[in-house]
Amino acid sequence: MREAGECRPRIARDPVNEPMINNWTEALGDTNPAYPAVAPPAMVQVWTMRGLHPEPDEDPLGRMSEVLDAAGYTSVVATNCEQTYHRLLKPGERLAVTSRLEDVVGPKQTALGEGWFVTTRSTWRVGDEPVAEMMFRILKFKPKPAVTASVAPMVSRDTEFFWAGTRIGELRIQKCSACGALRHPPGPMCPRCNALDPTHIVSSGLGEVYSYVVHHHPQVPGKRTPFVVALVELEEGVRMLGELLDVEPEQVKIGLPVRVRFVSSGEFTLPAWEVR
Amino acid sequence: MTSLPELTIDVTPTFVISTALATRDFQDVHHDRDKAVQRGSKDIFLNILTTTGLVQRFVTDWAGSDAFVRKVSIKLGVPCYAGETLTFSGQVTARDGAEATVRVVGRNSLGDHVTGTVEVVLP
Repeated sequence: MREAGECRPRIARDPVNEPMINNWTEALGDTNPAYPAVAPPAMVQVWTMRGLHPEPDEDPLGRMSEVLDAAGYTSVVATNCEQTYHRLLKPGERLAVTSRLEDVVGPKQTALGEGWFVTTRSTWRVGDEPVAEMMFRILKFKPKPAVTASVAPMVSRDTEFFWAGTRIGELRIQKCSACGALRHPPGPMCPRCNALDPTHIVSSGLGEVYSYVVHHHPQVPGKRTPFVVALVELEEGVRMLGELLDVEPEQVKIGLPVRVRFVSSGEFTLPAWEVR
Repeated sequence: MTSLPELTIDVTPTFVISTALATRDFQDVHHDRDKAVQRGSKDIFLNILTTTGLVQRFVTDWAGSDAFVRKVSIKLGVPCYAGETLTFSGQVTARDGAEATVRVVGRNSLGDHVTGTVEVVLP
């Protein structure tokens, strides 16, 4: 496919025109007064977009995608785009684009799954004059197994206040009505004064990582490994467990400042942590 | 090092959809929330042509209407879903006469949505 070189030119549906420029500047909020007498350079790709009901064509990115789809690499994400503009375009000029396949690199292990990086290069011309070029790279990958439902927490008379709290965005800490001691996890009896009359306070949700583990194995329903479980010391003085989200395991340290984030999981809302 | 004034974009569903249509990108993940969720996304998200356009706009907002943008190179990071706030910041990293290279980062609550450089010829 690479040896096939450039595909046949695809000709823009419309010449460069003021209404499309105006729609673009209005949508993007670009108030540059140079437009619409000239077109925004970054619109170059817009002129040759294939539209709502595209005809099949011989675009090498499309053809390579079909090959990878058939091999199970069905998901796609764009990773890089480099556009070079040689000059400004004026209303009335009609573009045509040609593309060629430059590289297919893989299989590579990525955070999204195993995949191939596909690089294409496109050239836009007005007549024979090249006016812009683009390098475009995508990752075609096999999605990791779908995340299934998590294991639901157990709810008891001692803990239901906690789960009622997470549902409304409150991180609740049990408090003894008799002596005022805070405790977590919740239980029926105050370990300090043995009173059986718990109430609760609402935590600020701010704390620091007191300790943590990185879970690699075994698989846990609803989770992608590895993930980080942190024991967080809250400002109020109690420690609480939860997943530490959106962080590479290597970045986690004792003392890392975190805040609570509530994550929906089935019928429950679970407290988790994020770096602050 | 010269810093560019920040640009903050309120990425409403209307913004995601109107920019997708203004860039002639009719992929469902940019306008149909149910389809976007079915395909594993949290919500509809910005398309690449818009991200490229915003990076260009961020630089010309600073450089002025007579500046000529010669090159936009971007690396895409986390998606930018509807409901996000996207904040662009940038610095001039090289300057040779009228030619400047600007390093641009567009961040949202998930991290860096876009990082890249823009080469611009100043008036």
